[in-house]
Amino acid sequence: MKEISAFIKKEFKHIFRDKRTVLIVLVMPIIQIILFGFALSTEVHNAVVDVVGDPTDPQVAQIVHRMESNEYLEIGEFLNSPAEIDARLRKGKAAAAICFEDKFDEQRGRSGKAAVRIVADGSDPNSAQTVTAYIKGVLAGTDSDGIPTSLMYNQAMNSSYNFVPGVMGLILMLICSMMTAVSIVREKELGTLELVLVSPVKPFWIVLSKLVPYLLLSLVNYATILLLSHYVMGVPVRGSLALLSLVSFIFVGASLGLGLLVSIISSSQQTAMLICGMGLTMPTMILSGLIFPCESMPVILQAVSDIIPAKWYIIMVRKIMIQGAGFGDIALEALILTLMTAGLLALSTSKFKTRIS
Amino acid sequence: MAEREKSIAIRNLVKRFGDFTAVDNISFDVYKGEIFGFLGANGAGKTTAMRILCGLSRPTSGEGSVAGCDIRRQQEKIKKHIGYMSQKFSLYPDLKVWENFELFGGIYGLNDRQIKARTEELLHTLGLEEAADSYVKEMPLGWRQKLAFSIAMIHEPEIIFLDEPTGGVDPLTRRNFWELIYAAAERGVTVFVTTHYMDEAEYCDRVSIMVDGRIEALDSPAALKEKYRAKDMDGVFTILAGRAERSDK
Repeated sequence: MKEISAFIKKEFKHIFRDKRTVLIVLVMPIIQIILFGFALSTEVHNAVVDVVGDPTDPQVAQIVHRMESNEYLEIGEFLNSPAEIDARLRKGKAAAAICFEDKFDEQRGRSGKAAVRIVADGSDPNSAQTVTAYIKGVLAGTDSDGIPTSLMYNQAMNSSYNFVPGVMGLILMLICSMMTAVSIVREKELGTLELVLVSPVKPFWIVLSKLVPYLLLSLVNYATILLLSHYVMGVPVRGSLALLSLVSFIFVGASLGLGLLVSIISSSQQTAMLICGMGLTMPTMILSGLIFPCESMPVILQAVSDIIPAKWYIIMVRKIMIQGAGFGDIALEALILTLMTAGLLALSTSKFKTRIS
Repeated sequence: MAEREKSIAIRNLVKRFGDFTAVDNISFDVYKGEIFGFLGANGAGKTTAMRILCGLSRPTSGEGSVAGCDIRRQQEKIKKHIGYMSQKFSLYPDLKVWENFELFGGIYGLNDRQIKARTEELLHTLGLEEAADSYVKEMPLGWRQKLAFSIAMIHEPEIIFLDEPTGGVDPLTRRNFWELIYAAAERGVTVFVTTHYMDEAEYCDRVSIMVDGRIEALDSPAALKEKYRAKDMDGVFTILAGRAERSDK
């Protein structure tokens, strides 16, 4: 036991004596969660909307007034004709325009129908979609037969509800796989791995004592992210905290296995970093559903996303945190992730053993 | 010599990797307290043979014992009785000197009291007591190699394997390092050393020269020089290594 504790102690010294490592392990998660939570939100604030129509028309005036009081929208200029919209959008002065038919109020009173059109800047489809949705919402409010819509679990359409689970998956994976891989490869480079291997300590224990410190650090990160997202971003944990911790633990296992695999195939720290960046982090960001929904991907990419452990983890975290799901609701995802973890750990430890002997 | 105690006894050792025979049927003995030089050009099979002796790799065929343990069946036991130092390894640079002692003492199963005593003793021998609290990365290479040697001796092994221990240092520092080797051998520790420096080969009690996976010559430096009519070991080595058909991998 003394052998293992001496080893783990040494690993922590490596981590805390290298400023870069400390930065990556302890500061980066905080910065990432704040960046994703605030800066990278898909919400649109104070979008400028121009109006084409008669401002003295009572109906138009009413709608404009309501748009002004909407916190996400802001009224820009009143234009004389739809032809002016193009120039306004090009200059970036407005994000969208709403065009009312002449004599809007009169038409509406007579036939119950009046033409209205929304023109939005499609060069940025995401915000165009959001802005048109806001405008439609305001317009729908004028009709008594507007469709009542409620967004369950996230009434305010808070985008941090989406990002926090994703960033949690990303950070846990990054810390566990990249840091583990780099620390093992560094010992290969220094030649110290060989020295440790000629010692009587069994390879299995060497691997274990390499993994334990990063396991502990990822638990610290897990707690930090949860506290930050709860108290700063106001993201709830509606389901069981114990269940959330359990699935996180399983996911950490999968990440450690991946890190170990990377350390086996790479011969330098740079290679290890590159493989983790291009091979693990990027696919996780793009294909796990963190930014782009998996449902809208082409079938082939959906199949690829299925083999990314982070996808299943992020789905579960969303269900547990935001929907308050219990074990029964996530059983399938939990099973898949557990199998992946078991497979990765078995493969990587056996490869590691054969590789060094 | 027959009555001398053997530390290493190797018979018909072969190691193949696919079609490639890295070690081709070698046999030799190393006696207790002897300084045994293990020479050979790059790719001659030195490292492969040494890895088998250290319990890191299993032979394809052949028998042997190291420190009384079977090289096929008692690899884990071998590791307890040997020390290992390599030029590639010069301790953990981001740990302090005493922390390196503490780590390797721990790995070799020493208790805290033993570690403390051995650390003081070894640092005293080196005259480096004051350096205990400095980081290894801040020390000159010559000191690091001496420290690495001492740490390889922390558990008082019967045999110490030195894999090109003095790479990259000047002749004077190398000479100093060899004083440590002599001192260890005098205490009865068997020293098994590989080197590229032929002046170092002269310091060994006996030398073996590997060419293409086989041991081409094995004797004392004086006897080898006489046999090959060379004025120094460099000459001997050039003659033998010149016969190699296998080039560097």
